[in-house]
Amino acid sequence: MSDWLTYIIFFLLAGLAVGSAVAVVAQRNPLYSAISLIGVFIALAGMYLTMAAPFIAAVQIIVYAGAIMVLVVFVIMLLNVEEEVRRPLRLRYLVPVAVLLAAVFFAEAAFILYFVNDAPVAPPSPAAAVNPSSVGLTASIGAGLFTTYLLPFEITSILILMALVGAMSLARRAAVRPGDLVVPGAAVLTAQTVNPARVGDATPVRAETTAEAAALTGLWDRATERGDDE
Amino acid sequence: MIPLSWYLAVSAVLFTIGVAGVIIKRNAIAMFMCIELMLNAVNLSLVAFSSFFRDVSGQLFVFIVMTVAAAEAAVGLGIILAVFRNRESLDVDDASVLKM
Repeated sequence: MSDWLTYIIFFLLAGLAVGSAVAVVAQRNPLYSAISLIGVFIALAGMYLTMAAPFIAAVQIIVYAGAIMVLVVFVIMLLNVEEEVRRPLRLRYLVPVAVLLAAVFFAEAAFILYFVNDAPVAPPSPAAAVNPSSVGLTASIGAGLFTTYLLPFEITSILILMALVGAMSLARRAAVRPGDLVVPGAAVLTAQTVNPARVGDATPVRAETTAEAAALTGLWDRATERGDDE
Repeated sequence: MIPLSWYLAVSAVLFTIGVAGVIIKRNAIAMFMCIELMLNAVNLSLVAFSSFFRDVSGQLFVFIVMTVAAAEAAVGLGIILAVFRNRESLDVDDASVLKM
């Protein structure tokens, strides 16, 4: 591959990644942010390909752009998220401080990057020197994963098991008994479980929202308290 | 050949955008996506180092970071669902206290 073509591909992918990342932050609608984030992931997968890491590029597409973003978009659709409203700026005196700190940070980053560019490249490690072209391939990654890094690999499986159990117990609704009324998007509320001393009977209440149900069952009138705050 | 520092510069820019997003955004799902952006910026620098020093360890770290990110997505979205079910809002300012 000729040299200038490499540069063109790098700048295309870097521009796509940075532009999509800016769009992730700039968009108000979370769904548009999610679509932009998929653009970032795909651009990064392309950069991994140009660095001769095809396995990581494939896993990036499958795990990030596939699994994680599908989960995020699913939750956005499920919760019916509205657009973010623009709210008045608090802490306005911190804006010049933030600009100053950002300038210092960029100066430091540029300084470090400049000297990294001039530093001599370290010699390749002796294990990789045997066959340097196979670094990013699936076989070498699998060999490293099941020999040198076997313990972190096993710990990762425990982590995934913990995440599985944690996600199930977090997203699970409370147990529904016969006679309870399930309010969509809210918890199950019955008169008996909420305040048995005050209510006295176990009649289920019918309400459209959680605040209404809470007021009916005498739990806590969250609607009026929220109104007092604003 | 593209110098290593260019990849590191792209990684730093992506990470900074992610940090800015976490600070600016008030929507829980948007903040979550900015955290994913920061994880990807770190992955980019790890793969760049691995590719330039011809050592496979960096790409194994990226593999493990991806599994941690998947676990974080599952648990984080479960927390977001639970918070939304209790408060009917995804704004993190509404969830500034731990009690309901």
